[in-house]
Amino acid sequence: MLSICCPWCGWRDELEFSYGGQAHVTYPANPAGLDDAAWSEYIFFRDNTLGWFRERWFHATGCRTWFNAIRHTVTNEFAAFYRPGDPVPEMPAEVVR
Amino acid sequence: MNEPERLPDLPDFLWADAEPKSSYDVVIIGGGGHGLATAYYLAKNHGITNVAVLERGWLAGGNMARNTTIIRSNYLWDESAAIYEHSLKLWEGLEDDLGCEVLFSQRGVLNLAHNLGDVREAKRRVNANQLNGVDAEWLTTEEVRKLVPILNASDDVRYPVWGATFQPRAGIAKHDWVAWGYARGAHALGVDIVQGCEVLDFVTDGNRVVGVETNRGRINAGRTALCAAGHSSVLAAKLGVRLPVQSHPLQALVSELLDQVLDTVVMSNTVHVYVSQAHKGELVMGAGIDSYIGYGQRGSFPVIEHQMAAAIELFPIFARAHVLRTWAGIVDVCPDASPIVGHLPLDNAFVNCGWGTGGFKATPGIGWVYADTIAHDRPHELVEPFALTRFEHGSLIDEHGAAAVAH
Repeated sequence: MLSICCPWCGWRDELEFSYGGQAHVTYPANPAGLDDAAWSEYIFFRDNTLGWFRERWFHATGCRTWFNAIRHTVTNEFAAFYRPGDPVPEMPAEVVR
Repeated sequence: MNEPERLPDLPDFLWADAEPKSSYDVVIIGGGGHGLATAYYLAKNHGITNVAVLERGWLAGGNMARNTTIIRSNYLWDESAAIYEHSLKLWEGLEDDLGCEVLFSQRGVLNLAHNLGDVREAKRRVNANQLNGVDAEWLTTEEVRKLVPILNASDDVRYPVWGATFQPRAGIAKHDWVAWGYARGAHALGVDIVQGCEVLDFVTDGNRVVGVETNRGRINAGRTALCAAGHSSVLAAKLGVRLPVQSHPLQALVSELLDQVLDTVVMSNTVHVYVSQAHKGELVMGAGIDSYIGYGQRGSFPVIEHQMAAAIELFPIFARAHVLRTWAGIVDVCPDASPIVGHLPLDNAFVNCGWGTGGFKATPGIGWVYADTIAHDRPHELVEPFALTRFEHGSLIDEHGAAAVAH
């Protein structure tokens, strides 16, 4: 069971959250100008990082607000939790398992 | 009920671990079921025997040893039914072909329906299967009860059984024996199986992949074929190629050895468990994936809790069984829950990934067609629809509804 710190509500069990995948994926600035390859990239392709990863979580059974986290995808350690619009924290150095 | 089956003897000799040579016609990255089967069929069907299977850990120590061994071909769409049915037909002759036992048991697979939506989806899938020549039938609640007497098919449960699809030719096999059988067959035909050999990078010449850098030195390759399941995107990234997969932990568990009480595979997407009883007597149960990306080969406890609750609702007598062990494998899931097979956007480089939660059943089938694809440097007709380019032109093969929740 992961412990996740909602930036508004504090530490809660994983069961209260749903996962939103890679963070900071922005909607294309000029959608009409995109070709098929660029649309495909935006819709279907997300980073699948082994290591520290910036990702989104949704506090589904709590305050129902989205936020971001930095988590290590092997050890499941969290390095940061931050609100949308907050300065994006630096990635930690790679941990030794 | 029945006596536990005695396991047959393994062959006296399986395979020998090889020292990597400096060059091969084909280098296969990943010594799981798919990699070993690909090597075997490259040698057997195409006479290409100067082949290495590079495994960074030990042979079949990843998902090949972590799945719940279910084999079936009752997929909804034509493209999927074709490749999984090709695989099932190969399973049916596999013990003769390999010359050793893999404990393939066609005990049938039930997919339960618990509500009107399930029933409609299930009947649609039965019809689609029959049109594709895949054996499938719809069973009423009464027929399900008769087939699996220990299943609680009464009305007074949260998710009553409204019927089920049944594929009689589906079943299970002993997964590690399958891996060993393919390893034995490939080795006998001259394939090098190299364990403890991790690919760290690729060697390219322009747009051509010409070899791999490993922890045991450089190995040149005429053709390079990825078979790395959950780590495929990590490898492809070293070639500058992005794959539209997300890697998640998928958990399963077994009970202690019990008397034989269940001689059919029972799956339920709605309450989310799939269960069979292995030859030795363990109950083998699979769960869902953790929602988040993970490479740790362990899953979250609530997933197991959820799965056990579902199992006990369906099979009240399981409440007295004990969990012997739980584990997780890393599965690479595609946006359309179908695999990616074919050329990478580089010369002499191929990919086979994205099988998500259901790759085991495809082992013989994908080995056969992937070998053909590599040997002829063009996609076999059964994998043509599964090209990486489908995400660009939009011809997805959406198996989420019918198949992908539970494999």
